[in-house]
Amino acid sequence: MLKAVILIGGPQKGTRFRPLSFEVPKPLFPVAGVPMVQHHIEACSKVPNLKEILLIGFYQPNEALSSFLLKAQQEFKVAIRYLQEYSALGTGGGIYHFRDQILSGGPQAFFVMNADVCSAFPLVPMLDFHKQHGGSQSYVILGTTANRSQSLNYGCIVANGETQEVLHYVEKPGTFVSDIINCGIYLFSPSIFQHIAEVFQRNQQELQLEENSSWQRTEVIRLEQDVFTTLAGRGKLYVYKTEGCWSQIKSAGSAIYASRLYLSQYGSTHPERLASTKEGGPTIRGNVYIHPTANVDPSAVLGPNVSIGMGVTVGAGVRIRESIVLHGAVLQDHSCVLNTIVGWDSTVGRWARVEGTPSDPNPNDPYSKIDSETLFREGKLTPSITILGCNVSIPAEVVILNSIVLPHKELSRSFKNQIIL
Amino acid sequence: MKALILVGGYGTRLRPLTLSVPKPLVDFCNKPILLHQVEALVKAGVNHVILAVSYMSDMLEKEMKEQEKRLGIRISMSHEKEPLGTAGPLALARELLTENSDPFFVLNSDVICDFPFEEMVRFHKHHGKEGTIVVTKVEEPSKYGVVVYEAESGQIQRFVEKPQVFVSNKINSGLYIFSPAVLDRIQLRPTSIEKEIFPAMAQEGQLFAMELQGFWMDIGQPKDFLTGMCMYLQSVRQKHPEWLHVGPGFIGNVLVDPTAKIGQNCSIGPNVTIGPGVTVEDGVRIKRCTIMKGSRLHSHSWLESSIVGWSSSVGQWVRMENVTVLGEDVIVNDELYLNGANVLPHKCISESVPEPRIIM
Ligand SMILES: Nc1nc2c(ncn2[C@@H]2O[C@H](COP(=O)(O)OP(=O)(O)O)[C@@H](O)[C@H]2O)c(=O)[nH]1
Ligand SMILES: Nc1nc2c(ncn2[C@@H]2O[C@H](COP(=O)(O)OP(=O)(O)O)[C@@H](O)[C@H]2O)c(=O)[nH]1
Ligand SMILES: [Mg+2]
Repeated sequence: MLKAVILIGGPQKGTRFRPLSFEVPKPLFPVAGVPMVQHHIEACSKVPNLKEILLIGFYQPNEALSSFLLKAQQEFKVAIRYLQEYSALGTGGGIYHFRDQILSGGPQAFFVMNADVCSAFPLVPMLDFHKQHGGSQSYVILGTTANRSQSLNYGCIVANGETQEVLHYVEKPGTFVSDIINCGIYLFSPSIFQHIAEVFQRNQQELQLEENSSWQRTEVIRLEQDVFTTLAGRGKLYVYKTEGCWSQIKSAGSAIYASRLYLSQYGSTHPERLASTKEGGPTIRGNVYIHPTANVDPSAVLGPNVSIGMGVTVGAGVRIRESIVLHGAVLQDHSCVLNTIVGWDSTVGRWARVEGTPSDPNPNDPYSKIDSETLFREGKLTPSITILGCNVSIPAEVVILNSIVLPHKELSRSFKNQIIL
Repeated sequence: MKALILVGGYGTRLRPLTLSVPKPLVDFCNKPILLHQVEALVKAGVNHVILAVSYMSDMLEKEMKEQEKRLGIRISMSHEKEPLGTAGPLALARELLTENSDPFFVLNSDVICDFPFEEMVRFHKHHGKEGTIVVTKVEEPSKYGVVVYEAESGQIQRFVEKPQVFVSNKINSGLYIFSPAVLDRIQLRPTSIEKEIFPAMAQEGQLFAMELQGFWMDIGQPKDFLTGMCMYLQSVRQKHPEWLHVGPGFIGNVLVDPTAKIGQNCSIGPNVTIGPGVTVEDGVRIKRCTIMKGSRLHSHSWLESSIVGWSSSVGQWVRMENVTVLGEDVIVNDELYLNGANVLPHKCISESVPEPRIIM
């Protein structure tokens, strides 16, 4: 029997995802029309013998999360539970804290996945690889190739070219170490907890030497820095390298990029989710997702890479490209929406133009990843995708360029390169 | 009667339009700038127009030949070998201007207003002195040279360049009428009429100011060209409302050539001029723009305060604003944003221009 854990973080995380994470927990933000973690859940549901999925995070239990989990259980026919940490315990602390829950029922192995990644999830190949590389005594990290400069933003893995054993692991190094990076998707045997326990005990000893230490801090464990770093070179940690699509989803801009990756997978995984140009319907270019309840005028032109949410209204002569339109939004006639996330229940007036600048990976470098690091460079807002928060109103005929509009704002003029509070 | 129009040089400030045609032939409200002046002159009884030009232009010459026939008047070209400024051209054309002893008009070429030529003749004859300058009121006199004159008679006392304290709010509008005697003051060399001739005439009590009623604009650069268009269309509204286009989707003063085609669900105006053979596709929004002959605006584009030069093409969902000027035969690809772009003729634009700049 197998299990999976998805690390979903909590409300204090995902700041680069503001203002969208104000309205919905980031793991539920729709990417290619479905909540970010639904892609993980669906991939898990396809793994034979995977019996339970545990979401671990420090969100207060909330309506959005529970109703999503309920729906997902029914749709994917797999048990799903949310386990709440009493505070942020780090990427290793949460699974250690809930180790009994994870191990109950006796799984031979379990996956651990960061919620904020987009991937083709090669879970079955990882299982096969695990069997061939040590089985119950070994652990597998999904790795991929990055370019030299961008590798510094990730966990970097040096591996034996033949055995794929991880010889050295370093998280976000200051100088180049390796172009193989950690994808935030792991396959562990239950024995991993012995190694996490070592870290836990070491923390405890160190903290006893300090004054005023709180017992809580002993529970904060980072999988990457505390566990992988010490496991490297001990014949237990292996990297399974994938060529499949992969990206982090840190910024709102990377959500548009991740949508593009998932939409292009839909061609083979979910052709029914892709819209096509039909008699009496809108013109579709490339990959487009339209929620069945959305109302799209036949004279609108959508795509490539557009996701239209529930109950969205798209008026006559509207153009949408490289954008996510969240549920309840209204795009009035002749408006033009490019490289933008239109927030829930927002309105874009007639002939308005809402446009952002994509931060796409360098198309000429197959190993390039999306940069989603800083909002500001030299004190200036770096041109990014435009984000309209929830319930924002854009008047007719204005242009909103490279801007972030916080929720519930009614604008009365054009804005460029600004954060509008 | 005769009139001399100071056509001057290359019209660089109205580029990129003047890279395709000489400035006097640039269409202003669906008629070459020069014809606005020439037709008004003809109406006031002028039968000989002299164009003072400092460059050769076959296009201008050919066009003027046709206008000669059409209007039944004589049009002469007075070519300078070197630019003679605003006064020198009068000396060069001396023979033509003194064929009889009538007073003659002198005009700056890019001025648009309700030309008061008949009133000028009356006013000039009434005071009987050498020269009359038409003056117009401005809001910010400190930016201009102002004319100080006696309110009753109009006799000019002096000129003050960029006054720092208020002395007058009237400026020289570039429309004059002179008696032939003025030619004795002007030598055949580069001379500025404003700086070198007028002050002396004023001192001798030979120069009078006549105040212009109604609008006035020097349309020598794109921004002012558009402002002038708004003023001109407003005066059309008063004098010839039947020239303006009305109907669903049209707002305010809009001039549309009868050969233009307008699509469904457009919203056009206020202050728009659409030239002959222009095609405006469905769902286009235009305000405060001039669209010149043969251009096409593709569906759902949005244009404000822009000039689309001859035979250009603006793509679907393009947004153009802030005095964007397209030269002749420019193609703007779909979905682009042009903010204050100045695009030279025969260019194809495939990237947005988010900040004002020149596209070579
Ligand atoms: N449950 C839980 N998840 C976390 C915690 N910290 C980070 N995560 C999740 O782990 C993943 C990786 O986060 P993190 O290591 O902080 O960011 P990265 O190193 O920039 O990828 C994300 O999906 C986070 O939501 C935590 O304290 N508890
Ligand atoms: N023929 C001729 N016309 C000129 C010359 N210089 C200026 N002009 C014209 O005289 C008018 C007034 O010119 P100027 O005083 O330079 O004003 P501006 O060009 O409107 O700033 C304009 O119509 C010019 O085209 C010249 O050297 N020769
Ligand atoms: Mg991390």
